[in-house]
Formats: sequence, structure tokens, C-alpha cells
Amino acid sequence: MNMSSLVRSGGANIMMPFILVYGFYIVVHGHLTPPGGGFQGGAVIATAVVLLMVAYSRAEVRASVSKNVLKNSETLGLLLFIGTALLALTAGLAFFGNWLLDAGTLFGTPVAFGINPPGDINTGGIIPVLNIAVGIEVLGAMGILLLAMLGGMKGDAE
Amino acid sequence: MKNTFQIGILVVCAAAFLMAGLNLSFGGAPAYTDMDDYMLAHGQEETGSNNIVTGVVFDYRGFDTLGEATVLFTVVLGAGLVFRRLGKKEDEYEYE
Repeated sequence: MNMSSLVRSGGANIMMPFILVYGFYIVVHGHLTPPGGGFQGGAVIATAVVLLMVAYSRAEVRASVSKNVLKNSETLGLLLFIGTALLALTAGLAFFGNWLLDAGTLFGTPVAFGINPPGDINTGGIIPVLNIAVGIEVLGAMGILLLAMLGGMKGDAE
Repeated sequence: MKNTFQIGILVVCAAAFLMAGLNLSFGGAPAYTDMDDYMLAHGQEETGSNNIVTGVVFDYRGFDTLGEATVLFTVVLGAGLVFRRLGKKEDEYEYE
């Protein structure tokens, strides 16, 4: 543990919560803010893994990021996506029908209509659910890809 | 002789792509606006999403997004296949 590695890991420790919060903000506010959506937010969250790879040695990344969790989260995201779309059939709608829209339950508040209305996160029907599902899937997929590339890295970046 | 052949193919391909590119309209006005107008006018109340882009991607074209998510899944499968190590040593990062 020399000085430069201390600076790297300290900086990563400071940046990590901000990156995670920003990524989850983008995912959850996908239906309200312009740069929003599951794909973008999941990619932002996956950059946290890149930060870990830059700042820490391979053994430490291996100890802190679980490959199985990422794999399961990718599968879970895709299943949640398809499952939400399929549940529309039980409500008498078509596949991908918006069965939660204006229902008064989760994400069921009617949207404020107009140009640039006040954003209410509890609107949108299944769109936030699909956003979250895609976000989970993308962060798992990106994380697994990055870990696979980490496996090709030679030696430790100490 | 072989070189001339390759250069000829390159010139023909470049000319074809340039012609196609120059034929695009750069004025910003699309040729048909019926779909855009409909989505801008009704997207907010029909999808319940204030962000029209997300409304289009996840509601009007949800099936397309399902395809994108499946493509991502397939990409990870392929990468796992390529990066898999056959003679695995203890030191290597174990990836499937």
C-alpha cells in the first residue's frame, strides 16, 4: 500500500456513493426527467464497478463484487420486465399494456397534463416498473462484462 | 492488379455511401410528421409519462425494448463464452 494507491482508493471511496445515488436517480426518474431511463441509469451504476477496478487490486475487487449477484440481477431484471408485460394479459389488455396507469395504486396517480408540468414520481403506470427492471438488468449485464474483462487483466495494478 | 481492384471497390463503396449520405435531409424537417405529432399530442395522457421519450420507448414500443434487453442478455452470454478460461489457474479471476 503505497501513497498513490491510497489516493486512488480514498478518491474512489468518496465518489462511490455519489455515483450510485446518481445512477439510481436516473433509473427511478426515468419517466420524469429527460436524461432518464433504465439503460442509461444501469450504465451509470455499472461505472461504479469500473471505479473499483481502477482503484483497487484484483483480489479486492474479487472480494467485494460478487459475480453471482450480478448474474442473478441480470436474470431477475429480464424476468421482471417480461413478467410485468405479461401481467397486462390478466387485466384484459394487450401484451405490454399499461395496466397500472391511473389505477390509484402503485405509480397510479394520473399525470399532470401540459407542457413542463410538476413531476410526480408516483405516475406512469408500468413505465417506472419497466425502467427499474431494465436498470437492474443493465447493471448486472455491464458488471458481468466488466468483470470478464477484469479477468483478462495482467497482474495487479499496485 | 490486385491493388487496383481493391482501390476500385473502395471508391465504388465510398461513392455509394456518400450518395446515400448526401441524400439525407439536413434541414431538420422529417418527411412525414404524422406519428410525431400524434405522440407529442397524446403521449402524456396515454402513457402517463411526462418524458415523452420514455413513454415511446417503454409504452408505444415496449416490444422493441424487450428485444433490446434480450440482445443485452445475449451479449453477456456471448462474452461469457469468449472470456471463459479452459485451463483455469487458481490466480485467474474465475469467470464461469
